[in-house]
Amino acid sequence: MTAAVEPKDNYLTAGFSLKSWLTTTDHKRIGVLYLLSITFFFLVGGLAAVLFRLELLTPPGDLVSADSYNKLFTLHGIVMVFLFLIPSVPAAFGNFLVPLMIGAKDLAFPKLNLASWYVFVLGGLFALWALLTGGVDTGWTFYTPYSSTYSNTYVSLMAIGIFIAGFSSIFTGLNFIVTIHKMRAPGLTWFRLPLFIWAHYATSLIIVLGTPVLAVAILLVGVERLFGIGIFNPAIGGDPLLFQHLFWFYSHPAVYIMILPSMGVVSEIVACFSRKRIFGYKFVAIASLAIAVYGFLVWGHHMFVSSQSVYAGLIFSFLSFFVAVPSAVKVFNWTATLYKGSIAFDTPMLYAFGFIGLFTIGGLTGLFLATLGLDVHVHDTYFVIAHFHYIMVGGAIMGYLGALHFWWPKMTGRMYTEGWSKFSALIIFIGFNLTFFPQFILGYLGMPRRYHAYSPEFQVYNVLSTAGASILGAGYVIPIIYLLWSLFRGKPAGPNPWGAKGLEWEKTSSPPPVHNFAEIPTVTEEAYNYSGTNEQG
Amino acid sequence: MAPRVDMLYFFLIAVAVFFSVLIAALIVFFAVKYRRRSADEQPKAIGVDVRLEILWIVIPFIIAMAMFFWGAVIYLSMAKPPANAIPVYVVGRQWMWKFQHQNGKREINELHVPLGQPVRLIITSEDVIHSLFIPAFRVKMDAVPGRYTSLWFEATRAGSHHLFCAEYCGTQHSQMAGQVIALSPPDYEAWLAQGATGREPLASAGENLYQRLGCTGCHMAGPTAGMTVRAPGLQDLYGKRVQLENGRSVIADEGYLRESVLRPRAKMVAGYQPIMPVFENQVSEEELVQLIAYLKTLRSAEGGTEGSAP
Ligand code: HEC
Ligand SMILES: [Cu+2]
Ligand SMILES: [Cu+2]
Repeated sequence: MTAAVEPKDNYLTAGFSLKSWLTTTDHKRIGVLYLLSITFFFLVGGLAAVLFRLELLTPPGDLVSADSYNKLFTLHGIVMVFLFLIPSVPAAFGNFLVPLMIGAKDLAFPKLNLASWYVFVLGGLFALWALLTGGVDTGWTFYTPYSSTYSNTYVSLMAIGIFIAGFSSIFTGLNFIVTIHKMRAPGLTWFRLPLFIWAHYATSLIIVLGTPVLAVAILLVGVERLFGIGIFNPAIGGDPLLFQHLFWFYSHPAVYIMILPSMGVVSEIVACFSRKRIFGYKFVAIASLAIAVYGFLVWGHHMFVSSQSVYAGLIFSFLSFFVAVPSAVKVFNWTATLYKGSIAFDTPMLYAFGFIGLFTIGGLTGLFLATLGLDVHVHDTYFVIAHFHYIMVGGAIMGYLGALHFWWPKMTGRMYTEGWSKFSALIIFIGFNLTFFPQFILGYLGMPRRYHAYSPEFQVYNVLSTAGASILGAGYVIPIIYLLWSLFRGKPAGPNPWGAKGLEWEKTSSPPPVHNFAEIPTVTEEAYNYSGTNEQG
Repeated sequence: MAPRVDMLYFFLIAVAVFFSVLIAALIVFFAVKYRRRSADEQPKAIGVDVRLEILWIVIPFIIAMAMFFWGAVIYLSMAKPPANAIPVYVVGRQWMWKFQHQNGKREINELHVPLGQPVRLIITSEDVIHSLFIPAFRVKMDAVPGRYTSLWFEATRAGSHHLFCAEYCGTQHSQMAGQVIALSPPDYEAWLAQGATGREPLASAGENLYQRLGCTGCHMAGPTAGMTVRAPGLQDLYGKRVQLENGRSVIADEGYLRESVLRPRAKMVAGYQPIMPVFENQVSEEELVQLIAYLKTLRSAEGGTEGSAP
């Protein structure tokens, strides 16, 4: 390791003007732009959650009106899913890291990359416009004919926003696919790629294949709304279930858009902090692709009580259980990686542990929902809410925070305070479980989701959940403070503070120079070759 | 149904607890046992063990399949109501549930049912999608505009149980709730008989409509009327397999009857001309329910036989 000094010429010092940021085509700067914009949306979505959790503290709907409540959970869902979770790891960290990890100077299409950010911001502005001028009350699922005919809120404006934002994902996905195919450094064969890259490759495939279908679905809602053409509303000759098919054809795979990149993050972190190659590397890599493919075959598991035919239900349930297998493979392999490792408990590793535990619970409770006879009861209750927050917050956001803490020194060249970062990781873990675990119980007891007012017998669990949410909220604010502090006061990180393997750590400085590497590296070893023996498998 | 669903639920909880505890215990155990003791520690590489990989592909798969079959068996019996189930027609709308009993008794946001007897709800919606959810019986089914869905249950505990709308349907979604009141059979009969004077049973209301809308002009009235040339006879139709013009065949359930009245061209009966008027937007959901209840009572002397030609 070289002495920890910051290189004078790096991508951050290449220009300080606003213009230099807004016209950059450097993938690292675009990653930072994304990081800032999605953090903004995360705070907006989180604020909405705090408000409706407060409303749910007491059974009657007293704090906000029913309409405001409905707009709040819609805002929370739309912002968190489309403007935070979907772009989160890929657009911020994927952008920053894909070229660095494969030894390339940039992504294949740097201008397209910048365009994707602008398109994202434009979509986000439309969404904010819709939210600020009066809001939308359809839920993030936009079920028809409510959204297409009955709701008198700003659905069309929001539809335009989501339609536009979808293109930013498509641009990013295309860029990643081409870059990973074409721009790997000499010697970097497919099975030498870091698992982060495999995960982003699989994610990009889903994005490119799935997002257009969402765009079409949401466009058709707009068409029916604006022109009264009967597509989904049976009163004018449409089919309300058609929307659900189109919507979930994208939105189930979208769950994997959100979770796969975080799985890639966890693989990197677990390998680094146990100084071991990921056990069953190839199985983990292929599992990412398997998840991407199966993910497209199971959308009907959201429709078991929708009047979809019984036979369709049987097939979708059967196929849904297949997705469980590659997810289980990943969890077992991460766990096995720890065996006889050298395990350190730095903050990123705490997030990785959190991810594995919470994702396991999220995945296992997903089986409850895939099981036909059981889903009939828990469908559209708080059980579902708990399940997907274990996947999306317990999984995806833990992965996101893990990535933030793992690569922060690389991105900024500075270290953050260890004590505070570990403390907030703990707070987040506790707050999360207190918020969402009681919701499993609520769901089985029969409390439906999206209820502004509820029956008094459900109150205890709602109080626990709201208490947890306040702790969780505090847990999310602490990192913002110490990370900002580290920018100015953090001690220099040096190129490889964690002693990690990988081109981004071993072959370039922190922060990296504009063109990433002094010279394009040649790869002669397997990924995660911590033991120096270059073993395969 | 509730005890069966709960058994399955406990099985899944057992599996979930087992694997969560296993993973958590392994992580804690390894993390403590193999914690880094010195900064320059370098653990030895361990190659992949394919047998282990196969083991943890196969075992989860087998457990998953057990869940699938168990869940599927319950789902199938949920989809198949017993023949003696009492039909109740349900119409959801923003934001209330309307129930119509066979004898013409109606209620809103309250559903009275007898203990120990299967009840079948035939559900539709007048506006957006709703979902009828009775947690105590572990059943739920969406109310979809433009079509019939159904669910059935058998109450085993007297008293009142929650009835919710589970599919988000707009402003007062959380107020679209009510009670299912399970009564002992004698109490139920007494309740049904209350206020019977001046009330018309569904089927006879349907018969009046049938006359008024001019169905008789083509289909002929009464159970003895034979087949006419212009239109198929409607006796014994319910539950029968109907041969269609396009070569397919369908079972005449409520959904088929609904479509045949509202949009006769959608499924043409083999051998007839498309002359039946379209009744879509001519009859309300509640009138349609009455018509269908009437059509279901049309039985010929011999009784219906499965698969007979129209
Ligand atoms: C102008 C003549 C005419 C009138 C009036 C008419 N129908 Fe029909 N109906 C037909 C014909 C012809 C068919 C068969 C072809 C088809 O499927 O449309 C038929 C088919 C049906 C069927 C399906 C029968 C089967 O065997 O599958 C039902 C049910 C039905 N009609 C109910 C009604 C009801 C209820 C009304 C009154 C509201 C009515 N019809 C009025 C001519 C008529
Ligand atoms: Cu899904
Ligand atoms: Cu509702």
